[in-house]
Amino acid sequence: MTREKQRKIEGGIALVFSTLAALMGLFWLVFILGDVLVHGMGALHLNLFLQDPTPPGVEGGGLRNAFTGQLLITLFATLIGVPVGVLGGTFLAEYARGTKISRVISVLSDIMVSVPSIVIGTFIYAILVHPLGHFSGWAGSVALAVIMIPVVLRTTENMLSLVPWTLREAAFALGAPYYKVIIQVVYRGAATGIMTGILLSIARVAGETAPLLFTSFNNAYFSADMKGPVASLTVTIFQYAMGPYDDWHKQAWAASLIITLFILFITILGRLIIKWRYK
Amino acid sequence: MAITFRKKNAVDFIFSSVTAIASLSVIIFIIGILYVLIKESSLSIERFGIIKFLVSTDWDPVRESFGALTNIYGTVITTFLSLVIAIPVALGIAIFVTEISPNFLKGPIGIAIELLAAIPSIIYGMWGLFTLSPIMSQHVEPFLKKVTAGIPLVSILFQGTPMGIDILTASVILSIMIIPFTASISRDSFKLTPAVVKESAYAIGATKWEVVKNVVIPYSKLGVFGGVVLSLGRALGETMAVAFVLGNNHKIATSLLDAAATITVTLANEFVEADNDVYLSSLFYLALVLFLMSFAILAVAKIFLLRAERRYSR
Repeated sequence: MTREKQRKIEGGIALVFSTLAALMGLFWLVFILGDVLVHGMGALHLNLFLQDPTPPGVEGGGLRNAFTGQLLITLFATLIGVPVGVLGGTFLAEYARGTKISRVISVLSDIMVSVPSIVIGTFIYAILVHPLGHFSGWAGSVALAVIMIPVVLRTTENMLSLVPWTLREAAFALGAPYYKVIIQVVYRGAATGIMTGILLSIARVAGETAPLLFTSFNNAYFSADMKGPVASLTVTIFQYAMGPYDDWHKQAWAASLIITLFILFITILGRLIIKWRYK
Repeated sequence: MAITFRKKNAVDFIFSSVTAIASLSVIIFIIGILYVLIKESSLSIERFGIIKFLVSTDWDPVRESFGALTNIYGTVITTFLSLVIAIPVALGIAIFVTEISPNFLKGPIGIAIELLAAIPSIIYGMWGLFTLSPIMSQHVEPFLKKVTAGIPLVSILFQGTPMGIDILTASVILSIMIIPFTASISRDSFKLTPAVVKESAYAIGATKWEVVKNVVIPYSKLGVFGGVVLSLGRALGETMAVAFVLGNNHKIATSLLDAAATITVTLANEFVEADNDVYLSSLFYLALVLFLMSFAILAVAKIFLLRAERRYSR
């Protein structure tokens, strides 16, 4: 065999392997999504949204409490996390632009984004659950907000940095103070980007389970009282999937399907907006 | 530069202060987490010390004797195995997307990888319990046992009954979870290789694989390494994906077919049930160990990625 032939064969083998790797990635996605879809569709039922859980072991019932709880927890987490994140990002990209403190906070936020979410759960447990003596929906929301803030902060910073500096100069020239420039010019220019960042951060926290285990805990009954334990879809999935009843497993699949579709929908929407806005 | 433009203005001062406080929240969280975890675990730190806690294999709520080694062992072994599985596949995907794939396929594969990253970890966990675990226990694990049966040392890794609830299954799920992170960072690093350098290699007759092996990978190794370390940090702290299939078993398992416990799994299963102060404090201690481990690893990853960025932007 000539040297050329050997090199070509070696190259061919390597390329085949990397193509197989790509196919494997696709395979897992199709396998997991397909599985969730098949099992979830089979268990989907209108009662799932309209009824509360039956006592353990009794067939039927739904997850109305978990759907409501999940919505409430995520909604309040967004209401807490988004303003803090957007304002913080504003500081980094505007008032502290190019300074050392801005760079340090950016790096720390990037690290915070990947810090184990269960650690944040224990942190919130220690400051909001243990002192008060009971689990609460608020604690769950705060835990999710803590995860959300660094994400929103970083995307806001990036999006604001994309707004051309000359645009601000034009506004300064008209005599506008900096805060007016930021609110009326810079935010407008970066609105789509910031919105996308918020969407993606909601997708990030909506599927979180670990930080809710010790904060909002779970609740077998319908409760919209954020001061007490509140059921969430993710924690319910954990409990039901680990439980012994077939009916629980079915409901867990259905809940998984709903939450997966919701998150994938938001993720794709976010990506489409970025593509459309920042080609 | 911004400062010189600014007129003195009371509202502006207030607005800038509010944004400054908001951005400081990140630092407050980090210091707060550290402070609270140390404070809550102080009882356990006093009782078991630092070195003794880290090397003790005890985990006995009844005798109130706790050590972290079984949990750390579980965390390290599942993370290590998942990286061993994930890195080759992720690099393969990155090579495929940047070098081999026709243009019309690049978008869809990129989206597929991002969707894989967006699926919540609890879905991975549940899928692992109901779908992957039976496949592992009925097909994959008996097969691995049969293949390795005669080989000394290796066969120890596959001792025991294949139950599907074990280190191997958890590592496979974890690897599927981290493939997207590693793949997308590697892809972004590969893309930064200047076309001129690659073209020069092609011009002297290099094959595609030789270009990847000798030009693209050496050029982007900092970024790829950063991506791998980042995935390592993610895998360390992953809870729900492994909680379903690891079995929460506090012992040093030599076989991959044994159940084990990671720090995260122990926390998820026992935190709410901890019925005395030492127990709870030891769990906080575990959380502290996990926080410090992942923070350090993520910081290293970030340093590598920043260095890579600086090098290429020159």
